[in-house]
Amino acid sequence: MKVLVTVKRVIDYNVKVRVKSDNTDVDLANVKMALNPFCEIAVEEAVRLKEAGTADEVVVVSIGPKACQEQIRTALALGADRGIQIETEEAPESLGVAKLLAKVIEEEQPGLVIMGKQAIDSDNNQTGQMLAALTDMPQGTFASEVKIDGDNVNVTREVDGGLQTVALNMPAIVTTDLRLNEPRYASLPNIMKAKRKPLDVKSPADLGVELKAHTKLLKVTPPAERQAGIKVASVDELVEKLKNEAKVI
Amino acid sequence: MAILVIAEHDNSTLKGATLNAVTAATQMGGDVHLLVAGANCGAVAEAGAAVAGINKLLVADNAAYEHQLAENLSKLVTEVAEDYSHVVAPATTTGKNFLPRVAALLDVAQISDITAVESENTFQRPIYAGNAIATVESLDPVKVITVRGTAFDAAAAEGGSATVETLDAVHDAGVSSFVGEEMAKSDRPELTAANVIISGGRGMGNGENFAMLEKIADKLGAAVGASRAAVDAGFVPNDMQVGQTGKIVAPELYIAVGISGAIQHLAGMKDSKIIVAINKDEEAPIFSVADYGLVADLFDAVPELEKLL
Ligand SMILES: Cc1cc2nc3c(=O)[nH]c(=O)nc-3n(C[C@H](O)[C@H](O)[C@H](O)COP(=O)(O)OP(=O)(O)OC[C@H]3O[C@@H](n4cnc5c(N)ncnc54)[C@H](O)[C@@H]3O)c2cc1C
Repeated sequence: MKVLVTVKRVIDYNVKVRVKSDNTDVDLANVKMALNPFCEIAVEEAVRLKEAGTADEVVVVSIGPKACQEQIRTALALGADRGIQIETEEAPESLGVAKLLAKVIEEEQPGLVIMGKQAIDSDNNQTGQMLAALTDMPQGTFASEVKIDGDNVNVTREVDGGLQTVALNMPAIVTTDLRLNEPRYASLPNIMKAKRKPLDVKSPADLGVELKAHTKLLKVTPPAERQAGIKVASVDELVEKLKNEAKVI
Repeated sequence: MAILVIAEHDNSTLKGATLNAVTAATQMGGDVHLLVAGANCGAVAEAGAAVAGINKLLVADNAAYEHQLAENLSKLVTEVAEDYSHVVAPATTTGKNFLPRVAALLDVAQISDITAVESENTFQRPIYAGNAIATVESLDPVKVITVRGTAFDAAAAEGGSATVETLDAVHDAGVSSFVGEEMAKSDRPELTAANVIISGGRGMGNGENFAMLEKIADKLGAAVGASRAAVDAGFVPNDMQVGQTGKIVAPELYIAVGISGAIQHLAGMKDSKIIVAINKDEEAPIFSVADYGLVADLFDAVPELEKLL
């Protein structure tokens, strides 16, 4: 079985983003970029399926400017076999990404697609579900466990009330949650090896997809800042403040 | 054209998050209709018809919708959506699961997790873990939207008198099925609905120590939450995680115990009215958002707090 994994280049999760002074967007100039943490979990899961003999090939796809090849190489260093970059100027909207990926699926015919549940920049949590709809595949979102059983995959999902398990016919789409696995670090020899793994570059036109804007970003503003509070010296003082000043208990 | 809200429920009760989504929908202009899709969900339909501001209630009662499987539900909602200007669902794990499928089937964008309605086609939503607020205009004929519950007051659960229409359409995609679930059972309020929340982090040390927080929760009628580190370490289950990628909460009082205050945690709780932090590290970032900070060892401070309440 072939497994397709998608990865997105995003701001490093340790970096606190700043809004540009003209309020047109956030400022990503000279900001450290990285593999979206949920995508990293997706890569790890695919590589484990290969190591277990369930998958025979792991193909990794990223969509964006040339710089996203860096994240594809990271995924190759973690154990993916080959990469596909779909070259676009800036980040297309989720629906556009889903349409591009649907074409890749048509060409590659994977048995399983593993994606991150959300990108930590746009925080949309939607591309996997959209791709599932466009390809008419079942979906197991927010996965904390993935078990393949013949032509079926059982996915345990982190839901608001606890955990839910669903059985999906394959091919299927899985989106990862934090507890699915703990991604490995790439070793130096694997980073070197990754440089020689195949990486194809395609354009949306090659795939016959025309990207269209469905939304317009009018402005980006900083959130309301909280007033800095006070330090209390004791539990007594804390309780007194909560009772008499904040009046919340 | 009217606005369609998809009800969140468990076939027996209408979930509170629906009421916040209804309030957001009423701000978009137009009649508001509520769709209840489930199995043996008559009680939910009855509750939905009574919600203030709902003009019409649609009910699709069929085994195919029992577990809100996205494959089935999205086909039903897409079919119904044709007659609407907006399709709205709460940004819960159910809404986040099926609604993007609806958007894709309608060939439109989804605007996720809105926190304000500026006009019928312009909305605000947090991005980058809430470190920036985007104002987004939809260019689509049908606007597909999930609503962050903490950003909108709940509509009144009583006082409405919607007409009821039954939908007979059955969409069973036949590609997915429900196997089982392990739901947390608790007599405490739900995290997203609680007035008071006490959350523990890695500093709690282990799961047993959460009993200290539970005792306080019992006294304050509070819910108990956690940081990602506490969930990852296996101290408590995943449904307790507060943060960017867990639950978003905004209670009257949020008490963070042994939590450092990473941006991903702050994203889920910094809109709380009053924030208390108990942490032994006076440099911990949580203090920068806390109204009242106590630099102390939690194993001394928490039992003392319990005694004083
Ligand atoms: C993609 C992604 C998504 C994430 N999503 C979330 C999310 O939704 N929610 C979330 O919470 N995190 C999330 N995180 C994780 C986040 O970055 C932090 O790692 C996490 O919040 C840290 O949890 P913590 O504060 O409990 O642990 P730590 O950062 O280890 O802090 C423990 C704190 O406890 C204090 N402490 C220890 N012992 C005591 C004691 N005896 N008395 C008093 N204080 C004590 C320490 O001083 C310290 O400040 C996410 C991370 C990533 C990469």
